[in-house]
Amino acid sequence: MLPEPLAAGGRALAARIDPRVRLVAALAYSSATAVWQKPASIAAALVFALALAVFFRLSAGSVLRRLFAVNGFIALLWIFLPFSLPGEALLRLGPLAASREGVLLAFAITLKSNALVLALLALVAPLSLPTAGHALHRLGAPGKLVQLLLLTWRYLALLEQEFRRLRRAAALRGFRPRTDLHTYRTFAWLLGMLLVRAVDRAERVRRAMVCRGFQGVFFSLHEFHLGRGSLAFAAAVAAAVAASAALEFAR
Amino acid sequence: MDASAPIIALQGVRFGYPGAKPILEGLDFALGPGERVGILAPNGSGKTTLFLLIMGLLRPQAGEIRVFGKPRRAEADFLEVRRRIGLVFQDPEDQLFCPTVIEDVAFGPLNLGRSRQEALAAARRTLAALGLEGFEDRIGFKLSGGEKRLVSLAAVLAMEPEALLLDEPENGLDSRTRLRLVEVLEGLAIPRAIISHDIDLLTALCDRLLTLEAGRICGVDGEALHRHVHAHRLGDRPHRHGPAA
Repeated sequence: MLPEPLAAGGRALAARIDPRVRLVAALAYSSATAVWQKPASIAAALVFALALAVFFRLSAGSVLRRLFAVNGFIALLWIFLPFSLPGEALLRLGPLAASREGVLLAFAITLKSNALVLALLALVAPLSLPTAGHALHRLGAPGKLVQLLLLTWRYLALLEQEFRRLRRAAALRGFRPRTDLHTYRTFAWLLGMLLVRAVDRAERVRRAMVCRGFQGVFFSLHEFHLGRGSLAFAAAVAAAVAASAALEFAR
Repeated sequence: MDASAPIIALQGVRFGYPGAKPILEGLDFALGPGERVGILAPNGSGKTTLFLLIMGLLRPQAGEIRVFGKPRRAEADFLEVRRRIGLVFQDPEDQLFCPTVIEDVAFGPLNLGRSRQEALAAARRTLAALGLEGFEDRIGFKLSGGEKRLVSLAAVLAMEPEALLLDEPENGLDSRTRLRLVEVLEGLAIPRAIISHDIDLLTALCDRLLTLEAGRICGVDGEALHRHVHAHRLGDRPHRHGPAA
């Protein structure tokens, strides 16, 4: 099944913040943080991300699990970056030299990625996909793209179910995947069949939509309220981004 | 349009899918006001095709389709048909495509041009009428088969159709959900045509039975008396069976 996003911060104030504000805040915060160069501004951004995680009451366990996955990838950078960037040598291993610049860059990347992931986990991940979709629509994202997103989300489970059914049918007739032509051919057939069924399904869904008066325009039921709490939150995010910008551009 | 004129009238309709011989040939069909028609016919005899033709999702290769007294030929003619006639599809999975139940049920009313509040009110009213209170924010694909069926019916009823076309509504329902569906449909005073393999369902919900043979509609006059033998525990003791539901 689809993994549900990590538990929404249950505390009243955090949960009541307008999803549109959360999306805009995520965009503003992440684009600013991505371009910061100085350790001070990046550190400030990381501190703010931690504050967000606390404010939205993310569960420590699920956050650590996700950060672990991200940092596993970043560990690779620590192996290669110091040795591939020219600069002042910190450590020599035979012909290889780890440069100071390389270490600093790897360090900056590590801080930035953790800050970004943490902030996105706090701001975006707890939103249900329908809510996020409607919020995007209200923010002016093209209706067709939003509908594509929502329909994909709606039918992904069905596609998975269908694929499992096909796999099971194959397994029941003794199919075991191996590294040979028969396996590749079988998987190609399974995928082809899945595609055919998906097209078929799409046509029937379209018919059902047309029967209920659909003429190409989607209407949304969602209404969002820009309450005082949301405005205060927006102001706080703006202040935090401004503060880290001040650190970045300070002499 | 006078009160006794048929809502739906098909005359001499022919339709065939590409590369096959016509599935419907010289078909006549009519649904009058207040009529409840059941269609019982084998798989592949063109029942679903008949409904798709009425809604304008397929076009006949010959013959005429009149709905609400007007001939319907082009896509634009059928827009009104789709607003005023509700088709409940065989597979509710095709019909429920919105993230949540309330959005699915409000989808039709919104397309009819209702305001957000009106659409929400219509959706809530319909859900309540079908005993689906509290389903508003349930996720569409997480409903059980029976719930999906009832929600897809609600999605069509929320548009307040003047006639209903139901394609195998009992398909995939257990006996309890089926009973509930029958109760719901019995309570609706909307003219309807029902396709089904379930003779008990059709006799409970329809006044007139039809079948499809060689691409044509045939009436079924009178009742063919026949006898069933069935077995169950304590069958040798004096007992009664409940009414056909």
